[in-house]
Amino acid sequence: MGLFDYEFMRNAFAAATIVAIVAGAIGYFLVLRGETFAGHALSHVGFSGATGAVLLGISPLVGLVAFTIAAALGISLVGEKAHRDVAIGLVLTVSLGLGLLFLHFYTAYAGMATNLLFGNVLGISQQTVWVLLGMAVVTLAGLAFISRPLLFASLQPELAEARGIATGRLSALFMVIVALATAQAIQIVGVLLVFALMVAPAATALRLTHRVATGVALAIGFAVGIAWISLLLAYFTDWPTSFWITALGGLAYALSRLPAWLSSRRTTA
Amino acid sequence: MSALAFDDVSITLGRRRILSGVSLAIEPGEFVGIMGPNGAGKTTMLRAALGLIPVSGGRISVLGAAPRRGNAAIGYVPQSRRVAAQIGITGTELLLSAHGGERWGLPLPSSDDRAAVAAALARVGATDLARRPVAELSGGERQRLFVAQALVGAPKLLLLDEPLISLDPAHQRAIVELVRAVSRELNAAVLFSAHEINPLLRAVDKVLYLGGGQAAIGTVDEVINEAVLSDLYRTEVRVIRAEGRIFVIAEDGSLDGHEHDHDHDHDHHEPEHAGS
Repeated sequence: MGLFDYEFMRNAFAAATIVAIVAGAIGYFLVLRGETFAGHALSHVGFSGATGAVLLGISPLVGLVAFTIAAALGISLVGEKAHRDVAIGLVLTVSLGLGLLFLHFYTAYAGMATNLLFGNVLGISQQTVWVLLGMAVVTLAGLAFISRPLLFASLQPELAEARGIATGRLSALFMVIVALATAQAIQIVGVLLVFALMVAPAATALRLTHRVATGVALAIGFAVGIAWISLLLAYFTDWPTSFWITALGGLAYALSRLPAWLSSRRTTA
Repeated sequence: MSALAFDDVSITLGRRRILSGVSLAIEPGEFVGIMGPNGAGKTTMLRAALGLIPVSGGRISVLGAAPRRGNAAIGYVPQSRRVAAQIGITGTELLLSAHGGERWGLPLPSSDDRAAVAAALARVGATDLARRPVAELSGGERQRLFVAQALVGAPKLLLLDEPLISLDPAHQRAIVELVRAVSRELNAAVLFSAHEINPLLRAVDKVLYLGGGQAAIGTVDEVINEAVLSDLYRTEVRVIRAEGRIFVIAEDGSLDGHEHDHDHDHDHHEPEHAGS
């Protein structure tokens, strides 16, 4: 039997492709703005959201989206970058703690924690694929709508403000979009490994090109490529897909730094 | 119609009164150097003209209208550009992202946008350096790029906030001459803040000294003298002219800037030798 004769494999490829496109595009702006840590924290908040929802008998995805969006707005309110790291870090750990507590009360299915933390792309249903597609359309449409002022405000915040852009509100809007993207990425790689899918491809792309459009396209391309190769490797090795995604993401980033590292060694030698 | 007029303007930030009852007028095409120690209100003045800070009293008029954010007739070079050194994209891409950057939608520049940016880059001779990533440019090259950016759309008023910071004397001279030339070409008024007058001496039509909430504006000779500056800073100020340069020294050190400027220490010690 071939790879695509299995429905779970078809669903996995469809879901991974959709999410990788979103993660690559959002990730580009996240890295450009230096807000990757905020993105990382949002996914952890998703953990308490999902476990809490399950405890209440609601779909984990609903809890995930609700909690990540609430956290996105909270992070935007903290504003000032210096205080931000502490606030974000605390939100992150408190959420994981809450998630642990919710799991403690919900004892019916122990595998859920692992799935939430590390993802379970091979367990995605066709219905989830459709939900992800809908969310992806909303997320990308939102990003497309704000992308022009977002790019400007990310690169030159003072000037953007003088030109009449409400930079604070724009930043909050972007965080909500990141929250939506994070909720989708969690379906593939889980709460702990969202960074790999959202940040690694984008950071690699940013190192390889000096043009914005090319950068976004490369970030999406890398994310999709990494997702596909990881699914194939997972299929043939039987190792977890999420492991391959993180490994390939790290490898891509390391390779993108290699030329600069080699030339700096040459000049110091 | 003045390019910029302050009529009895007071500005308060938090509990601090930055300007109290300042009146001045800057005419089209005039090049005005804004001087004053840190915290005297140089940046505040520029931000008020941009409509970013409200006045607590009086009236500001920019080209005959009230200040408003997004005024296309103003070209602005803000001071703090900490992100600039990390920008991996090219100068052209940076300028394109800013041009019309306040509109919603995808950042896809039209051919008109590209033409406007290319024209501004050509005007300051930055066409070639704009092809390189911003992060790889020197301080002077980057500043040239930001001046080009301020020129997109041929503004009538240029506000430059400390554009000479951390530039060596040769690059300082180049930036000042560049701004002077484009200001003549566009008949644009220029407000150029700096913490030291000497790099600007040959370019300015007027100088504007800020201190203690007050302002003194006029030609170099009218303002930079011991009577006017001692009065403004309420301390004994000495003005020494030597070898085509001017040294302003406050007895209590209140005029000492703390920016990283290459000329700074130099200025501090030289008067003793020059005077003897």
